[in-house]
Amino acid sequence: MLKILKYSFADLARSRWSYVYFGFYLLLGFVLLFLNNDLSKAVITLMNVIVVLTPMIGTIFGIMYFYSAREFTELLLSQPIKRRDIFLGQYLGIALSLSLSLVVGLGIPFIIYGVAQSSEIWDFALLLLVGAFLTFIFVALSVNISLRNENKVKGFGYAILLWLFMAVIYDGLFLISLIMFDDYPLDKFTLFASMFNPIDLSRILVLLKLDISALLGYTGALFQNFFGNGSGMIISLLVLTLWAILPIGLLIRTAKRKDF
Amino acid sequence: MIRIENLYKRFGRLQVLEGVNFQIEEQGVVAVLGPNGSGKTTILKTILGMVLPQEGEIYFDNQPVLNNWDYRNRIGYMPQIARFPDNLTVRELIEMIKNIRDVDANEHALIERFGLESSMDKKLGQLSGGTKQKVNIVLTFMFDSPLLILDEPTAGLDPVSLIRLKALIQEEKEKGKTFLITTHIMSLVEELSDQIVFLLEGQIFFQGSVQELKDQTGQKNLEHSIAKILESDA
Amino acid sequence: MRGYLIGFLLLSIVTLLKGGIVEVCSRCEANTLQAAYDQASPFDTLLIKKGTYTTVGFEIRKPITIIGEVGAVLDGKGENYILKILSDEVHVFDLKLINAGRSYTKDYAAIYISRSSHFSIVRNTIIDPFFGVLIEKSHHGLIAENKVESDRIREDDSGNGVHAWHSSNLMIRGNELSGLRDGVYLEFVNESTVSGNNSHNNIRYGLHFMFSNHDKYLDNTFRENGAGVAVMFSKFIEMKRNRFVQNWGTASYGLLLKEIYDAEVVDNTFEENTIGIFIEGCTRVNYLSNDFKRNGWAIKVSGGSYTNVFSKNNFLSNSFDVSYNSKMNDNKFEGNYWSSYAGYDLDKNGVGDVPYRPVKLFSYVVNKTPETIILLRSLFVDIINFSERVSPVFTPDNLVDNAPAMKSFSYDQN
Repeated sequence: MLKILKYSFADLARSRWSYVYFGFYLLLGFVLLFLNNDLSKAVITLMNVIVVLTPMIGTIFGIMYFYSAREFTELLLSQPIKRRDIFLGQYLGIALSLSLSLVVGLGIPFIIYGVAQSSEIWDFALLLLVGAFLTFIFVALSVNISLRNENKVKGFGYAILLWLFMAVIYDGLFLISLIMFDDYPLDKFTLFASMFNPIDLSRILVLLKLDISALLGYTGALFQNFFGNGSGMIISLLVLTLWAILPIGLLIRTAKRKDF
Repeated sequence: MIRIENLYKRFGRLQVLEGVNFQIEEQGVVAVLGPNGSGKTTILKTILGMVLPQEGEIYFDNQPVLNNWDYRNRIGYMPQIARFPDNLTVRELIEMIKNIRDVDANEHALIERFGLESSMDKKLGQLSGGTKQKVNIVLTFMFDSPLLILDEPTAGLDPVSLIRLKALIQEEKEKGKTFLITTHIMSLVEELSDQIVFLLEGQIFFQGSVQELKDQTGQKNLEHSIAKILESDA
Repeated sequence: MRGYLIGFLLLSIVTLLKGGIVEVCSRCEANTLQAAYDQASPFDTLLIKKGTYTTVGFEIRKPITIIGEVGAVLDGKGENYILKILSDEVHVFDLKLINAGRSYTKDYAAIYISRSSHFSIVRNTIIDPFFGVLIEKSHHGLIAENKVESDRIREDDSGNGVHAWHSSNLMIRGNELSGLRDGVYLEFVNESTVSGNNSHNNIRYGLHFMFSNHDKYLDNTFRENGAGVAVMFSKFIEMKRNRFVQNWGTASYGLLLKEIYDAEVVDNTFEENTIGIFIEGCTRVNYLSNDFKRNGWAIKVSGGSYTNVFSKNNFLSNSFDVSYNSKMNDNKFEGNYWSSYAGYDLDKNGVGDVPYRPVKLFSYVVNKTPETIILLRSLFVDIINFSERVSPVFTPDNLVDNAPAMKSFSYDQN
C-alpha cells in the first residue's frame, strides 16, 4: 500500500493543480495576515474559507483523480497487489497531498507572522486539523461516488451536489426546521442533526474555540454540557473521525466488489 | 496451466458469460476470438481478478484465483488502451511496476527494441497513443512471467513496432511461455496462434487449432470460417 | 496609588502621635482585644502582635486604630461579627480575620461598620466570611488593598465582599475580591469611587450597584464572575478603563446596564464575555473608545434605550457586534472600527466609503430560536445575512455606522 501511496502522492505532488491549490492557500495566508495585521480576524476569515473550500476541493480532486486514473488503476489491478492496497494507497495519496497543500500553504505565512508565539496558535492548529479532516472525509465520499458511477458527468454532478448539500442546503433545511419547531425543546435535535454533517461538525469544533462566549449564552443544560466542558470537543472529534473511517471502509468494500 | 470451470458473469441485466469451461495445458499462443460483446475481455479480466464472476472458479497452476492476488506475479497483462498517470515519467512508471513486483526485469532490452530511450524522462501525459502502447509492451514483457495476457495488443501500433511485437511474441513463445491474446486481426491469429478459443453467446463454441476450425467449417481461410460460424448462428 | 499610601502613613503617624499604643499579645498585660480596648483612650492605637485572638462580636465605640503585626489573626469562631465599628475615626490595618459568623437571617460580616465616618479598612485579609466588609449609613471611608476570599458555590450561602448601603464618599480601592456572592455591592451609595479592584470568580456579580449616583468606577478588573457586572437605576456614573473579562454563561454580562441615565462608559475593555454590554432602558449614555474583543454579543440593546452614543469603539471579532430586539433605533453608532467591515476607502481618509450595518439578521434568528446559534458562521447564515444587509427587512434600517473606521483605534490603556 505504501508503494501505491508513494506513487500517487508523487504523481499529485507534480500536478499543476496541487500547486494552484497550495499557492492559493499561501497567498490567502499572506493577504489575510499582512493586509489586516490582525491574527484573530485572520483566523476567523480562514475558518469560513476552510470549512467551505476544503470539502469542495477534496470532492473535486477526489473524483477527478479517480476518473482520470481509471486505466492506471486497471494496470495496477493486473499487478500482484491487493485491491485494498491499491485503493487505500491512491486515496491516501490524494488526501495527504491536499492536506499537505493546506497545512504547508497556510502554515508558512502564519509561522512567518509568528502564530507560534501567539495565543491563537491552538485555534490555528485546530483549524488546520479540521481542514485535514474535511479533506479526508470529502475525498473518501467523492471516491465512493466515482466508484459507483461509470458515467463521469453523472459522477461529477453527484459529487458537486453532495458538496452543495453539505455546505449550504443542509444548513438551510436545518435552520428552517429549527425555526418552524421552536415551540418544542430542540437542543437534542440540534446536536443530533449537527453530527450528520461533517461540515457542521467541523464548524462547531472551531466555534468551540472562537465563539465559546456566544455558545455559552444558550440556556439548555445539554448545550451547556456540550459546550461548557471538554465533552463537545471530544465528541465532535470522535464523530468526525467516524465520518472519515466510514466512507473509507465503504470505499474499500465497494472497490473489492467492483468489476474493472 | 489455466482451468476455468462453469464461469457465469452478468453485468446488470446483461448476461455475458453463461457457463464457460475450458482448459489450457500446453504452452503456446491461444487466441481468444468471438464477436463484439461475446465476453473475450471479460474472461481475460476474470483470470486477472479484475472482474469478479457470479459463479464459477478459475485455477491457475491448480491454485484458485478468486480472492487471491499473489498469482498475478506470474502473469503479464497488456490492457487494450494504455493510460497512465500523466505526471509520472516513463522511467518512474517502469521503476514503480518493478518496485511493486519486486523481481528482476529486463526492461533495457525492450526499451531499446522499441526505441523508447529518448522518451524515458518524458511525462506520460506528453506521449502519443502509440508510444504509450510501446510503454505498455515494455511493462508487460519485462518480467519473466509464464503467462502473458494481451488484450488487442496491436491497437495504435505503427507497422514497424507491430513487426517487432510479433517477433517478440514468437521469441517468448519459443522460451516456453503461454499467451492469451484477443484480437480482431485474423492474420495475426493465423500467424501466431497454436490454438483458438471461440466464444459465442457467453459459451465456448470451439476450442482447437486454426486448421481444425477450418476443417470444421469447411473454409480455406480463417476469416471465412469465422464468418460462417456467425452466419449459421444468425 | 502612592499618594494614598503616603497619606495613610501620615494618617497613621498622626494617630500614633495623637495617642498612646497598647500592645496585645498572649503574654502581654492585655492578652485580648477587649482588654486592650478597655485600657485604651480615644485615638490610641492597639498594636496586635503575632498570634490568634478569639474575637466574637467585638464592638468599637470610640475612635481607635488597630494595627496587626505579621501573623496577627482574629478568629470569630464562626458565631457572630468579628469587628463591629460603631464610631467615627476607626482605622483597621493589616489584620487577618477568619471564621466570621454565617447566618441565613443576619448579615454577619468580618468587619461591620455602621454610622461611622472617616474610617479606614486597609490591607486586611478576610478568609471565607459571609460578608467581608459591611458598611451601613457611613461616610468618608477608605476600603483599600484588602483581600477577601471565599470559595462558596451557592448564592444563598454566601455574602458580598464589600457591601455598602446608604453611604457616601467611600473610596474602595485596590481590593482583591473572589469567591463571594458579589465582589462589591453598593446600594444608595453616592459620590464614591471604586478603583483598581480585582473582583473575580464571584458567584454572582463582580460589581453590583443600584440607586447609586455620581460614582466613579475606574481601572477595575472583573473576571470570570457568574453574571459579570450589574449596574442599575443610577445616574451620572463614570466608568473608565475597567476590564470585563470572560464572564461566561446564559445570563452573564461583561456589564449589565439597566435604567442608567447620563453615564460615561469610556476606555473599557470587554473581552470574551457572553454579552459585552447588555443595555436596557438606558438614556444619554456615551460609550466611547471601548474595546470589544471576541465577545458573544458585543452589545445587546433591549427596549427603551434612547440617545445613547457609540463612537470610536473597537469591535474585534465578536460573534455578534450589535443585537437589537426591536426595529426601533434612537441610538447613534458612528465612527467605530468593526473588524467584520468589508468596505473600502477610495478617498483614503481613513473612513470607509460604505456604511456598516452592525446588526445581522442572524442575531434576530438567534434571539427567537436560541438553538440556531449552532449555525453561527455557516455559509447559509452568511448568505441570509448578506441578503438582509442588501435590503433590510427585519433589522432597524437606520442602525448604520456611516463612518466606519478603516483601522482599529489603538488605546493601549491596559
